Parts: sequence; C-alpha cells; structure tokens
Amino acid sequence: MEEQDTTPQGRAPGRHRDGSRSAKTYLIGLALAAILTLASFWAAQSGLVYGPAVPILLAALAVGQMGVHLVFFLHISSGPEDTNNILALAFGVFVVGLVVFGSMLIMANLNANMMPATPAMQMQP
Amino acid sequence: MTAIAASSVPREMDAGDVPLSQRGPASPEIVVRFGFWLFLLSDIVIFAALFAAYAVLSKETAGGPSGAQLFDRTHTLIETGCLLASSFTCGMMSLAVERLQKMAIYLWAGVTFALGLAFVLMEIFEFSRMVAEGAGPTHSAFLSAFFTLVGTHGLHVTIGLCWLVVMAAQVGTLGLRPMVMRRLLCFGLFWHALDIVWIGVFTIVYLGAG
Amino acid sequence: MFGKLTWSAIPLDQPIPLAASALVMLAGLAVLGLITWKRLWPYLWKEWITSVDHKRIGVMYIVLALVMLLRGFVDALMMRTQLALAAGGAQGYLPPEHYDQIFSAHGTIMIFFVAMTFMVGLMNFAVPLQLGIRDVAFPVLNSISFWLTAAGVLLVNLSLVVGEFAKTGWLAYPPLSELAYSPGVGVDYYLWSLQISGVGSLLSGINLTTTILKMRAPGMGYMRMPVFCWTALASNLLIIAAFPILTATFAMLLLDRYLGFHFFTNELGGNAMMYINLIWAWGHPEVYILILPAFGVFSEVIATFSEKPVFGYRSMVLATMAICVLSFMVWLHHFFTMGAGADVNGFFGIMTMIIAVPTGVKIFNWLFTLYGGQIRFGVPLYWALGFMVTFVVGGMTGVLLAIPPVDFVTHNSLFLVAHFHNVIIGGVLFGAFAGYTYWFPKAFGFRLHEGLGKAIFWCWFVGFYLAFMPLYALGLMGATRRMQHYPETEWQPLMIVALIGALVIAGGIVLAIVQLVVSIRQRDASRDETGDPWNGRTLEWSLPSPAPAWNFAVLPEVEGRDAFWAEKHRARTQQSESRPLTPIEIPRNSMIGVVIAFFAVILGFALVWHIWWMATAGLGGIVAAGLARAWTTATSDEIPAAELADTSHREGAPA
Repeated sequence: MEEQDTTPQGRAPGRHRDGSRSAKTYLIGLALAAILTLASFWAAQSGLVYGPAVPILLAALAVGQMGVHLVFFLHISSGPEDTNNILALAFGVFVVGLVVFGSMLIMANLNANMMPATPAMQMQP
Repeated sequence: MTAIAASSVPREMDAGDVPLSQRGPASPEIVVRFGFWLFLLSDIVIFAALFAAYAVLSKETAGGPSGAQLFDRTHTLIETGCLLASSFTCGMMSLAVERLQKMAIYLWAGVTFALGLAFVLMEIFEFSRMVAEGAGPTHSAFLSAFFTLVGTHGLHVTIGLCWLVVMAAQVGTLGLRPMVMRRLLCFGLFWHALDIVWIGVFTIVYLGAG
Repeated sequence: MFGKLTWSAIPLDQPIPLAASALVMLAGLAVLGLITWKRLWPYLWKEWITSVDHKRIGVMYIVLALVMLLRGFVDALMMRTQLALAAGGAQGYLPPEHYDQIFSAHGTIMIFFVAMTFMVGLMNFAVPLQLGIRDVAFPVLNSISFWLTAAGVLLVNLSLVVGEFAKTGWLAYPPLSELAYSPGVGVDYYLWSLQISGVGSLLSGINLTTTILKMRAPGMGYMRMPVFCWTALASNLLIIAAFPILTATFAMLLLDRYLGFHFFTNELGGNAMMYINLIWAWGHPEVYILILPAFGVFSEVIATFSEKPVFGYRSMVLATMAICVLSFMVWLHHFFTMGAGADVNGFFGIMTMIIAVPTGVKIFNWLFTLYGGQIRFGVPLYWALGFMVTFVVGGMTGVLLAIPPVDFVTHNSLFLVAHFHNVIIGGVLFGAFAGYTYWFPKAFGFRLHEGLGKAIFWCWFVGFYLAFMPLYALGLMGATRRMQHYPETEWQPLMIVALIGALVIAGGIVLAIVQLVVSIRQRDASRDETGDPWNGRTLEWSLPSPAPAWNFAVLPEVEGRDAFWAEKHRARTQQSESRPLTPIEIPRNSMIGVVIAFFAVILGFALVWHIWWMATAGLGGIVAAGLARAWTTATSDEIPAAELADTSHREGAPA
C-alpha cells in the first residue's frame, strides 16, 4: 500500500500497530465478548443474582463488552497517535450519555410533576 | 512516542522531533478513516436519541403486551451470537485486506455476509411474529419505540450487507487499489460499530425487560 | 397516481400566497432566462455547479443564504405590518392560517437556510485558506453537502407554490404537528426539507472537522491555529453531535405521521414532552453552532483592524471549547414552564448562567485586543463593534431568562422573541456581514464599496434597536409571540415603532444589493492587487486575490501564531520562490452533488405528497448516482509545476 498509517497527525481509527499479532487479538476479543455476552444472559435469566443488582450488573457487563470491542476489534489504544480518535470518541460518549440519561431524568421529573394519572392527583376532588 | 516511531513505516527525516500536530496533512488513509469514525459517532448519537425514546416510553404499553411477554431470549442469544461471530469474521476480512489476500477477503466477506443475513432474517421473523400476534408498532408507544430502535439497527445491518456486496464487486472489478482498500476497512469500522450498538440493544431492550 | 397532489394544491383562491408564488416563480424564471440569454450555462456548470473547490462552494453557500435572507425578511416585514395594523378589533390583512405559515417559514428559513448556511459558507471558504492547505478533506462530499442544503431550500420554496407550509412554528411541536391536528402537507414539507438539508449539514460538519483535525499545513499545530479555525472546529463538532438528534427526532415524528406510530401522540402512551426534550437537546447546541463561527470572525476582524494579536489566545481557545461542551448541558431552559420540578429547573438555570462566563471571557478578550491597538475603522470593524454592544444586551436578557421564576413570567412572550433576535441578529448576522465584507476581496479580487458598507451597517444597527427594543417592552406588558391580532390598543404605538425598525433594516438590505452592484461596476477602482487588503495576519492573505484553485502552490511552513504577520515582519522572500514547485493534484469537478440533490428533491416532494412510485425513483436515483461515483477512479487532475509558476503570482483576475 502506498499510504502510511501512522505518520502525520495520528493513526487511523481501527488500525492495528502490528499486523502479525492481530489475528490473535481478534480471537481474544471474540472469546472475551462471548463470555461477557453469556454472562449477561445468565445474569438476567438465572435468578441467582440478587434482584435489584441485576440492572447494575447488566450495565457493567455491557460497558465491559463495549470496551472489549473497542480495544480488540477497533484497536483503540491510549498511545499519542490515537489522541484524536479517543477524544472524538469521548465527546461522542459524553453526548450519548447526556442525551440518554438527561432525557430519562428530565422526563421522569416531568412525568412525576405533570402526568395526570398519579395517585396524588386522583385523590383530589 | 518512541514505540510508534520504531514500529511504523519509514518517514521523512526528523519527523520524530516534530510534534504530531505539526507534521502537515495526514495521508488519505488516515483522513478517510477519521472522517468515517466521526460519521460513526454521529450515527451512534442517532441511536442515543432512539435509546432515550425507548427508555422513556418502554413502560407505556397502553394496556398492550409488555416486553417481558413478547421477547424470546433464546432467539436474541442466537441473534447476538450471529452478530458477534460476524464481527470476528469481519475482523479477519480486514486482516486479509491489509495482507492483500484476495481470496481470503472473498471468503471472510462471504462468511460475514451469511452471518449478517442470518441476523437480519431472524429479526424479520421476530418482527413478523410480533405483528401477527397483534403487537405491531402502532399498538402502543412502547412498541413504536421498540420497532424503531431495533428496526433502525436492523436497517443499518441491511445497508451493511448491501455495502458488502458492492465491495465484493469492487474488489472483483477494480482490484485492491488504495481506494477500494480504504472502503473495505471503513466497512470494518461500520460493522464493529453496529455490534457495539447491538450490545446496548440486547442489554437494555431484551434483557432489561425482565 | 399522484398521491395527495391535486390542482387544489395551488393556492388559486388566496390572493396573497398566489401573488407571492407568482412573484417567486417570475423571479426564478427571470434569473434562468437571463442565464440562458447570456449563455452562461456552460460557464456556471463548469466553474460553479460541478465545482468541488471549497472557495466556490463557500461562495455558493453565501449566495444561497443571501437569497433566503430576502425571502425570510419579506416574511418578517409581513408579520410586522400585520401586527402594526391588527390592534383592538382589527384583524389586519393576514388571516390566521396564513400568518401561522409565515412565522413558521420565517423561523425555519432564517435559522436553517440563512444563519446556518451563511456560517457554513464562511467556514468553507476561510478555514482551508487559514490552515494553509489546498482544499477540505473530502472535496466532493463538500459539493454534495452544499447541494443537499440547496435541495432543502428548493423544497421549502416549492411549498409556497404547491401546497402549504407548516403552521406549527419553527420547531413543529407535537401534538399540533401530528397528523390528527395538522393533516395538511405543511408539516411534511417542513420535515422532509429539514431532513434533506440536515444530512447536508452533518456531512459538512464531518468534512470540516476532519479537515481541521487532520489536514493542517506543516507546523500548524493546534495552538497556532487562527481563532476562527478553533471556533469552526467547535461548531462542527457540535454539528456532528447535535444534528443526529434532530434527524432521529424528526424521523420519529415522521413515523407518527406516515405509519401511525405513537411516539408523540396523545393516545396509546405517546408523550409529546419527549419531542420537546429531544428537539431542544439539538436546538440549544444549534444556537452555538451558529454563534461560534461568528465569534471567530470577530476575533479575526478585531485583531486585524487593531493590528494586534488576539488578546488572551489561550483563554479564547479554552472559552470556545468550554462553550462547545457546556452547550449540551442547558437545553431544559427552553422548557422551564413544561413542569419540571424546582431541582431540575434550578440545575439547568445555573448551567445556563455558567455558559455566560466563557462568552464574557471572549467579550473582554476582544476589548483588550482593541485596547492600545492601532485601530482602523474599516467596515468589518463597524460590524464587530456593533456586535459587542448589541450582543452584551442580548446576553444579559438571556441571563434574565435563565432564572426559572423570571422565565415563568416571560416565557413565549415578545420578550423572548426580542432576546433571541438580539443574539441572532446582533451576533450571527452581524458576524455574517463582517465576514462577508472581510473575505469578499479574497473571493473576488476587489473590495466592497466602503461608504455603502457603513450605510448598511448603520441601517441594520439602528433598525435592529428600533425593531426589537419595543418588543422587550411589549413582552413585559404581556404580549405573547405568534399572535395574529391583539385586543390591547396601547400596544399599537410600540408595534408601529417596531415596523419602522423593520423598514430601516429593509433599507440596509436594499443597500446591500446596491453595494454589490456598485462594487462590481467599480471593481477596477477597488482591485486588491496585493492579496492583503486589510494588512491581515493569517495565511489566507498571503495568497493573491482571488486565490488560485489550488490555494497554495507550495504548502506553507508555519512557525507560529499569526503566521502571515510574522512572515511579513521578517520581510522574508516569498516561500514559493525559495522552494521548488512540484506538480500537485487537485480534485476533478464532479456532478454527483447536483445529481444527488436533484433526486433528493424528487424524493422529498414525492414523500410529501405520498407519490410512492416517484419516491422509489428518487431513492433509486440517489443510489445509482452513488454507485456510479463508487466506480469512478479518475478523481483528480495533475497541475504541472510550470502552470503553478505561471499563475501563482498572477495579478488578480476577475472572477
């Protein structure tokens, strides 16, 4: 290939540093992701996990698996040549978090205050 | 810094002393893939809005069926397996692209396509079953949000399958020129990103509906 | 066969819409006729329509924005006239259903197709020049972005002739915008035109962000970039992160309207408040998408016309990026009155006040840049000074509105209308005019008429205060927005003052057209021979005016901030002479942008009117064009070194 991958202004996202080792990387990623997926389904299904903790455990497993995908499939690293990719990703994650959790918080608050069918409203004459 | 300098391909004279940000325009490969990376981030923000809508509306079943009554976790587990395996084979395809192995590209692209198609077919089956049971998207806000979120992901996978076919044709007709290789590697990014979105989908939608 | 489309879609029975659509069509036909008569089609096709040169595309964005400014301003004049008349029992001359369309179209056009388009145009034009590079990261994608914006514009204007526009305000809140309450095609026109142009905006945001982060000239480190590039970066990052929310939200509303989903309906669990939440999660970043590039323009203008580097460069950069992040954390202040509790309202109120801090930092930095400078009162500086005064007033009223209890009193009143016009006219529009005057010589090789430029400024400045200060008072007196008539006769005098203000602004717009004509006719007297008409500081002024298609024959080696200023003062010989010229590649023209936009208009129009075969054809056309492009291998031309040497030092040739 005529182009270089890493020289000026950073590395392309998804590019690995060393081609020879990455088949192994993908296999490790696959194994870890499969374990985490099965753990998620097991945690949701088995009933062995303390009920209220299930959502938290599921969230942790999902975040972990996303991390596995990022590191082993998308080859995101903490090296200086990856700074732009990581910063863009961080900004994206920040916005996703704000939109999802902000919306949930705001809507829950609005529903609590404004939706007519709450018990407090029904008690009024 | 030294690690990359050692491992990367030879470059102009004293580039190692110049800060990364002052080395002038990046190569087309980096530019194209960074642009595509930004596009993927924007795509994930679309999913964020749909996830937010689902999270807010998931309890609004309007007297209709709820997720716990509708979803079949075994089905979802098989779907997840297909997608995860296709992510792996897609990674293998990216490796074949970098090593310029044309037949391996076709092979892994074929396996990826088959797994992706299996995923899409399973989703279509699930959707049609739900509609047949009277749980179509017009039935409640919950179902609207469910069909839109999961359907948008399915639509992305379908577009990815079409893209894969086009890329196979491009490899066949244009050969492994840089332009084609860039697109193949961008496809890899796209496919892995869809798998990451799916982790969110199966966790929040299917497993969260307990 | 033609879905919902019948002859009754053409407003033959309503005199005002009929006259308006006839006027628009006549003007359009006149322009097309003139082009045909002058045999300009081959030139336009070759040099502009299919051009992928970022400078040409930037100019086309700005032309589009100026044309839409005329359209949007006519709407504004109609509204102001209506309100000056419709006091007491009077009903004015616009019936409510028409008035509703006018204010919806005015808001939509002014935000999406004037402010946004103008800013994207300025960024497209100036950012690659300032970074010292030959084009944006994806030149052909840039052309597609522009033409998709143009497609959205065309759809909005089609609604004037065929059918109707939305009557739901510029953000189309449900449940009013749902099928049950807006069965007509107006909301569909609104949604599809914004979806199409929104894709264009998103692609343009990705393009410019990649350009700024990955394409800078050698030596152009982050902390050496001109402030305008920083604000452009922040603005485009916001586009990438915010526009997808708009796309998704509109998609949900479209699903409600077309397929009977229940996201935002009143039935079966739908929640209209969710739409308002999501649309403002886009909408608040959007106002910073508009204002940040304007901040950048003012930074360049103030530094250039004070002959001083920007004061507090680092704090400027920090403030820009702080605004970029904070702008995502304030969106609830647009719906304080929807019923969130005191805790949530309080949080977002405080966040809103915090975002005023970095903006204040910028204002002080500009003041200190001016302080002790050798100030030249050129037209761009007039706009910058007018901005600083006006924007501070607008910012202060914004902080007032950020206090939830105050907002409960003033929400949806004319006070709010006055506030956002205060920041958008005083900020974005003044910035647009400053940038237009500032970079015009670089685009065309001659300056705009100075005296007329000052007259335009004074018309806008005085007109703005006359038109909007009364609205602050009226808002506090209880006048609400979007009312077609009002019972209180004591409001009328202020409404008449506001109309006079609008007429003064109209004078500014007419003078802007006059200025363009006069400047073109007198261009030989105002030619920019040096390429550096304002004694500039940044790299675009190191090029001849107009800049050659490839911008820099040899990429500059940047050694610090204000690269061109430093170079002038070192009195070095021109770099291109000291280094050998090598052949360069420039991207070849492409018709893909205009072809995709053509099919996008067909697709949008067909979807508005439920003509499914036509929608399929439009989509098929887009896919076919994309595939044809995917197999295009010859995408660039080589410019030999001899030609570079021949023309890179040429005298400014007419555009």
